[in-house]
Amino acid sequence: MCSMKTMGADSQIADEKSAAAATRKQNLHTIIQVVGMLPVLILICIGFEFATGKFLTARNISIVMQQASINIVLATGLTFVILTGGIDLAVGAVLAVSAVTAVSMTLTGMPDLAIPLALLVGLALGAVNGSLIAFFRLPPFIVTLGAMTAVRGLSRLSANDTTVFNAALPFAWIGNSQLFGIPWMVIIALAVVAISWFVLRRTVLGVWIYGVGGNPDAARLSGIKVWAVLLFVYAISGMLAGLAGVMSAARTLSANGAQLGMGYELDAIAAVILGGTSFVGGIGSIFGTLIGALIIAVLSNGLILMNVSEVWQLIIKGLVIVGAVALDRYRNKGSART
Amino acid sequence: MGATALSAQTQATRPPTLEMRGISKTFPGTKALSNVALKAWGGEILSLMGENGAGKSTLMKVLSGAYQADAGGQILIDGEVIDISNPHVAREHGIAIIYQELSLLPNLSVAENIFFGREPSKGGLIDRRTMRESCRDVLKRLGATFGPETIVAQLSIAERQLVEIARALQSKSKILVMDEPTTTLSSRETDRLFALMRQLRNDGLAIIYISHRMAEVYELSDRVSVLRDGTYVGTLDKDDISAEKLVKMMVGRDLGSFYKHDHVAKAGRAKGQPMLSVEGVTDGGKRVHPASFTLYAGEVLGLAGLVGSGRTELARLIYGADPKAGGTVKVDGKPVDIRSPKDGIDAGITYLTEDRKHQGLFLDMSVKDNVNFSVIGRDARGGGVLNRRKAVERAKSSIANLKIRVASAAIGVGTLSGGNQQKVLLARWLEAKPRVMILDEPTRGVDIGAKAEIYRIIDQLAQSGVAVLVISSELPEVMGICDRILVMREGHIEGQVGGADGPPVTQEAIMALATGVQL
Repeated sequence: MCSMKTMGADSQIADEKSAAAATRKQNLHTIIQVVGMLPVLILICIGFEFATGKFLTARNISIVMQQASINIVLATGLTFVILTGGIDLAVGAVLAVSAVTAVSMTLTGMPDLAIPLALLVGLALGAVNGSLIAFFRLPPFIVTLGAMTAVRGLSRLSANDTTVFNAALPFAWIGNSQLFGIPWMVIIALAVVAISWFVLRRTVLGVWIYGVGGNPDAARLSGIKVWAVLLFVYAISGMLAGLAGVMSAARTLSANGAQLGMGYELDAIAAVILGGTSFVGGIGSIFGTLIGALIIAVLSNGLILMNVSEVWQLIIKGLVIVGAVALDRYRNKGSART
Repeated sequence: MGATALSAQTQATRPPTLEMRGISKTFPGTKALSNVALKAWGGEILSLMGENGAGKSTLMKVLSGAYQADAGGQILIDGEVIDISNPHVAREHGIAIIYQELSLLPNLSVAENIFFGREPSKGGLIDRRTMRESCRDVLKRLGATFGPETIVAQLSIAERQLVEIARALQSKSKILVMDEPTTTLSSRETDRLFALMRQLRNDGLAIIYISHRMAEVYELSDRVSVLRDGTYVGTLDKDDISAEKLVKMMVGRDLGSFYKHDHVAKAGRAKGQPMLSVEGVTDGGKRVHPASFTLYAGEVLGLAGLVGSGRTELARLIYGADPKAGGTVKVDGKPVDIRSPKDGIDAGITYLTEDRKHQGLFLDMSVKDNVNFSVIGRDARGGGVLNRRKAVERAKSSIANLKIRVASAAIGVGTLSGGNQQKVLLARWLEAKPRVMILDEPTRGVDIGAKAEIYRIIDQLAQSGVAVLVISSELPEVMGICDRILVMREGHIEGQVGGADGPPVTQEAIMALATGVQL
C-alpha cells in the first residue's frame, strides 16, 4: 500500500478513515452487484400483494414459478451464449421443433425415444449454429437469425403444418404432476439453473466461457480452444431449448409447429439482460438470469390478477424491463457495460 | 538544443497557464492522490514522471474531467479557479489530452475526426468546405503528409498521433498533455514528434509530457515534476535534471547501479543444451523471411530491431499464434508440430504478449483467475471441476514471489497499475512451468521498481535452466539482461552481437544491424 510515514499523524488518521469509508463503499457495491435485481423482484411482489391481496399465496407463487419455468430454461441456455459475447435468436423455433418431435414420437412405435430424441434435435441444431459461428467466423446474430426462420420452417414441416396431439402423452406428468407439492416443471427449471451455476462457477469450462467473452484474443493466446467453447455454448443453448420444448409439450399434450415458441427468444433475452449479464460478454451470472425470468413471470401474473387488459400488460411489461435495466446501469455506473 | 522558452524570472512574474493545488483522489481501498500540486507555463515542456501507480494517470484524468477530485483541491487556468466537472468543461478551457490508446474513429476521415463534435455548420448543414480548408491549414502547420480526406484507418500510429495533435490545435488548446506518446513509435518517428513538440512549445503551448523513458525526458524537458505513491515529490529545472536524481525521487531510494547490473546478474548462469531450435521459420515472406537460430537452456537471448522489423511476428509463428508457411521448430531436440497456442504450450513454450490489455489479461476477472488461467485445466479434478484451493495457493504465492501490490487475490485485475498487471501476466506464464519462455516487451509501460523486479525474475528463470527469449525496443534493457542478442531488420535476422562467437555488445553494433547503416 502507499507509504504514509511521511505524512503527519492527523492526515494519516484522516487518510485511514477515508480509505475505510471507501472500502465500505466497495463492499456495498459488491453486495449490490451480487444481489442485482433481487430487490426489484421483491418490491414488485410486495406491490402486487398490496394491490390484489392474493398474490403472495402458496398456490399463486407455485403458478408463477410454473409459468416461469420454460423461460428460465431458455434463458439459462442463452446466458451461456451471451457470456461469450454471442446471441441465440433461434431458441423459440428450436423449442417448437423439439416439442413436435417429442409428441410425434409418442404417436409412433417408439414412445421411449421421445424425450431423448427431442433433446438430441435441439442439441444438433445448436451445434450447427455453433459450427457456423466457430469455424466460419460468421456473426452469431446473422447465423441465428437465419436459423430462427429456417428452423421455424422445419417445425411446420415436421408437424405437417398442423397441431400434433396425444391425449395419452406418456410424459404428461412432467407438465402436470408434482413432487412433494412442487410442480415437476419448477423442479426441472431449478435443477437446470443449479447445474448451470456449477458449470459456470466451479468448472474449468466455466472460466473459459467467461474468458472467451471477456477477451477472445487473450483466451486463444492462453491456449484455450475458443472454437470448442463456442461450439459448446450454442449446443447447450440448443439442447436446453429442446428441453423447454419437451416441457411445453408435456404441459399442453400437444405441439403446434407454426405457433409454438413464437417470440420466446425475446422473453429469454430480456431475462438475461434483466439479470445483469453484459451483452458484450464476460460479465454476468445464472442467479441474475433466474431473477430476471422471475420478474417477467411475476409481472405477467400480477397484471392478470389486477385484471389489466392484455394490451396494457404488454406496454407495462416493456416499460418495466427497460426501466429496471436503466436503474441497474445507473446504480453500477462506471462498472457495467452493455 | 535551441532556445529554452522561458527563464525563472518570467515564471515568477507570469501566472502559470495551469496550476493544480491540493488535489486528492480517494478510490475504494486506496488513496490514489494526496495533496498533489502541479504548475505548467505556456511555452514550456513539463515532464511528469513517477512509477506506475504513482498517480500520474489519475492526476491527468482529474485534469481532463474524467475523474472528480476529492473536495478541497483547486484547478486554476491562467490564474482563475475553474470547476472541471466533466470532460466537456476541460475542453472548453483549452485542455487537450492525448492518451496512449488513441481515441480516433477509424472509419471517419481525418477532417471528420478533427472536427468531431464541433463541426462547422451553414444553415444547419455541415460546412464541409470550411472544415476541409481549416483542416488542411492545421495539417500543413504540423508537416503532415496526408490530407483531410484520408480515412484514419489507413494511417500509421505516428500519423494518428498527428491527427490527435491537430485536433488539439484546431480547438485552440492551451494545454497539451501527452501520455507516453512514444511507446509505439520508431526512433525516427519519435524524433519527428519531438521536433514538433518543441515547435508547439515555442508557439506558446504548455505541454505536459508523461514518459518512463529517461533519455527522452532528459532530452525534451524544460522542467520535470515527480510523483511517488500519489504524492508530489518535487520539480527539477532543466539544469538540475539528471538520471540519478530522478530515479532517486521516483523510487525514494538509491538504486545505485540500476543500469549497470548486467555482468553481476549474468554471472550465475550456465549455458546448457539447445532447448529451442528454429529452422527456416517463415510466414511466406510477408513479414518474416526464413529465420533460424538456437536458444540454449539457461540462456537469455535478446531479439532486437526496430518496431516493425518482424520480431513479434517471428515469435508468434514459433508459439503457434499465427500459421507458419514453412520451417521447423524443435524443443529439447525433438521436432514439435505447433499449429496453435495450445500446441505451443503443450510443447513447453509460453509467450508473453506485448499488448497486455488486449492480448493478455482478462480485465473483468480477478487476479486469481488471471494467474491460474493457463493451468486450471492441468489442476482440475475429475470432470473438469476447478481445484479452488490450488488456485488460491498459486495466486497467493505469485503475489508474494512477484511482489504484486494488491490487497487480495479476489480483486479485479483491471484496477491494478500497469506494472502490477504485467506481473500478474508474467505469473500466469511462470505457473505454466515452461521450458522456453518468450517475453515480448516485458517491461513496456512499467515503472522502474517493477522493471527491476522483472529483470530479477528473468535472471532467476535462466538460472533455473529455462531458455528465455526477450524481445525489446529498449537497447539498454536488451544489453543489460541478455547473454547474446539477435538483431532483425525487415523480416531477416541480420546478425548476432555478444556470445562467444559474436562481436562485442555495443549500442552502435546493434543499431548498425538494425538499420543496415554502418555508423
